[in-house]
Amino acid sequence: MYAGGGEWAGSSGGVACVSVQCRAQCGLVFAMAARCGGMWRLPRCPLLVRTVPAARRTGSERRLSSKPQTPQICIVGSGPAGFYTAQHLLKHHTQAVVDIYEKLPVPFGLVRFGVAPDHPEVKNVINTFTQTARSERCNFIGNVTVGADVTVEELQRAYHAVVLSYGAEDKRELGIPGEQLQGVYSARDFVGWYNGLPDNRHLFPDLSSETAVILGQGNVALDIARMLLSPLELLRKTDVTEPSLEALSQSRVKKVWLIGRRGPLQVAFTIKELREMLNLPGTRPVNDPSDFQGLGDVLKDLPRPRKRLTELLLKSVEPPGEKEAARRAQCQREWGLRFLRSPVAVIPGDDGKRAAGVRLSVTRLEGSGDKAVAVPTGETEDIPCGLILSSIGYRSVPICPDVPFLPKQGIIPNTMGRVHGAPGLYCSGWVKRGPTGVITTTMTDSFDTAQALLEDVKSGALNSSDPRAGASAIRELLLLRGVQSVSFSDWEKIDAVETAQGEKVGKPREKILDTEEMLQVASR
Amino acid sequence: MAVSLIRRGIRGVCLTSWCYRSNVGSRSSRVSADFSQHSPGSLRSDDDGGSRTTPSNSATSQSDEDGPAKDPHEETVDVIFVDREGKRIPVKGKLGESVLYLAHRYDIDLEGACESSLACSTCHVYVSTEYFDKLPDPDEREDDMLDMAPMLQENSRLGCQIILTKELDGAEFTLPKITRNFYVDGHVPKPH
Repeated sequence: MYAGGGEWAGSSGGVACVSVQCRAQCGLVFAMAARCGGMWRLPRCPLLVRTVPAARRTGSERRLSSKPQTPQICIVGSGPAGFYTAQHLLKHHTQAVVDIYEKLPVPFGLVRFGVAPDHPEVKNVINTFTQTARSERCNFIGNVTVGADVTVEELQRAYHAVVLSYGAEDKRELGIPGEQLQGVYSARDFVGWYNGLPDNRHLFPDLSSETAVILGQGNVALDIARMLLSPLELLRKTDVTEPSLEALSQSRVKKVWLIGRRGPLQVAFTIKELREMLNLPGTRPVNDPSDFQGLGDVLKDLPRPRKRLTELLLKSVEPPGEKEAARRAQCQREWGLRFLRSPVAVIPGDDGKRAAGVRLSVTRLEGSGDKAVAVPTGETEDIPCGLILSSIGYRSVPICPDVPFLPKQGIIPNTMGRVHGAPGLYCSGWVKRGPTGVITTTMTDSFDTAQALLEDVKSGALNSSDPRAGASAIRELLLLRGVQSVSFSDWEKIDAVETAQGEKVGKPREKILDTEEMLQVASR
Repeated sequence: MAVSLIRRGIRGVCLTSWCYRSNVGSRSSRVSADFSQHSPGSLRSDDDGGSRTTPSNSATSQSDEDGPAKDPHEETVDVIFVDREGKRIPVKGKLGESVLYLAHRYDIDLEGACESSLACSTCHVYVSTEYFDKLPDPDEREDDMLDMAPMLQENSRLGCQIILTKELDGAEFTLPKITRNFYVDGHVPKPH
């Protein structure tokens, strides 16, 4: 699989051998760093990155000191795809310089702005990303919007290779009447709001309705349900933003329905998230046992993940034991899954401005398993509610007119991350394969892209014989254009302020919500 | 980060000096440290294993090296990693450490994105069948995460949850060939 890695990838035995030598000297002999692939990883060589201030060398210094054939690579987007791509490149090429451009002043993309605040363990991955960013061969360059502040073409002139890892920042529209009414929000905006995404800080969703309807049955839908139903004392210990916490404390939402076009065998959420929901304090599931009839018979033929998930769903509609029954009786809040329902319209209230309900088309399934298709039966059903959240997926958008893009699939056309018809251009993550999957999926596909790139360097398919200026050229452009870029050490100042603010109120961090304020902190 | 590895993966032994140092000034380590009390790894560390080596001894003897075990008095087991290219890499594991941690000590390409907190499946390995049966049954949360692992097999486990014991002497841990043939193998990430 790593065939063609040659001297870059090396054999595991060889890498281990070099590493031992480095470890013995680490912290003492700085020059070793550049020669040791893999040494930027903290667990293996902590002193190197901690004790060497020179790790913050500028692009121009680096240009003078590096050989002309040093591959200069840049990555657009600092989410998991960007960081995992960078990690693999730095680890498996001993000289390559990898710069990561980010639109916001702060790194980590959806790890910061997508992962639910009550899932801090998922955010541990930030530690590994931080080690990558602290590598002497990696620059984080934040607050730079590729496509506006610099073009992809300009990046291609400054670097041997450009990897597009900018994710899926747009939402999929429902495309139904009434979607624009007050009280209807996209999951993307709602998640961005409680996670402190600067663009969404003024969302202030109306939480005055007792019933909320979430359109979608994926993990994002369950994240939102959990945020709406979790006891405040649990949320208070998370990095949920203070204004969101305040709004949630005033929320009147007591019941959350999660609507799916298809049946229980097609739910997109995963078992961990379902289990969390079933165990959520103060909240009881109100699923209809008739929706699950006959599922027991097909269990044995299901692949293990679907089987375990379905077993748990079935368990949730079994009569509860005494203890669980007593717990459920005490609960003030509830949630339920509704299947075979597809939204057809948001129903306006008397004023014509606010949502008062959602009209669902009753569907039936044609086919089975993952491929089953929901077909309308002609029947409809209305659910009265003042809060509607559409959680039907994210969507990537084109970054520059000259970069190939498939609007229908919402991805950049590619083979193994090599962008079709664009030598030197690569992609990874959601913009490469679509907005699905968990961190493992993105990690794997990012490693694949990085490996393809390294193979191209080795084979000569990627022309890296002429020197490229890398970050220094782009920094000159940014200076001319009056763009203040944010380095990783600048981010660490922001991080310090956020964690200090959080500490005061017993939270892991209190996120800064305003990009201007982030930039002020960064320039201190 | 080091904190979480120590608490969860190493069962209180092997507090190497670099672990301490790497934690100094690592603000982000707080992310995991705050929640480490919920980790099953830390819970498990008290009820099995953990006491097979002398904590104080290994704390000093490891000095600056995080590579192969050097202390002749330390109890070790011989295990084999089979990397993603199929290459067999024999290593010496310390009793009480996790397979994930062991892989990191030997620079074997096994990620540990969530740092042993059972929130990802990036440390997924196959355990040679005869040894698979010797392992304690997986925690429900490990099974939940394994369900997310590409190329799941009967003998799949998370490396962060396998704690080395004498019984595992001779075990083989194979890294799934998830890259490159990811899609060829038919694994399709589920849409939300």
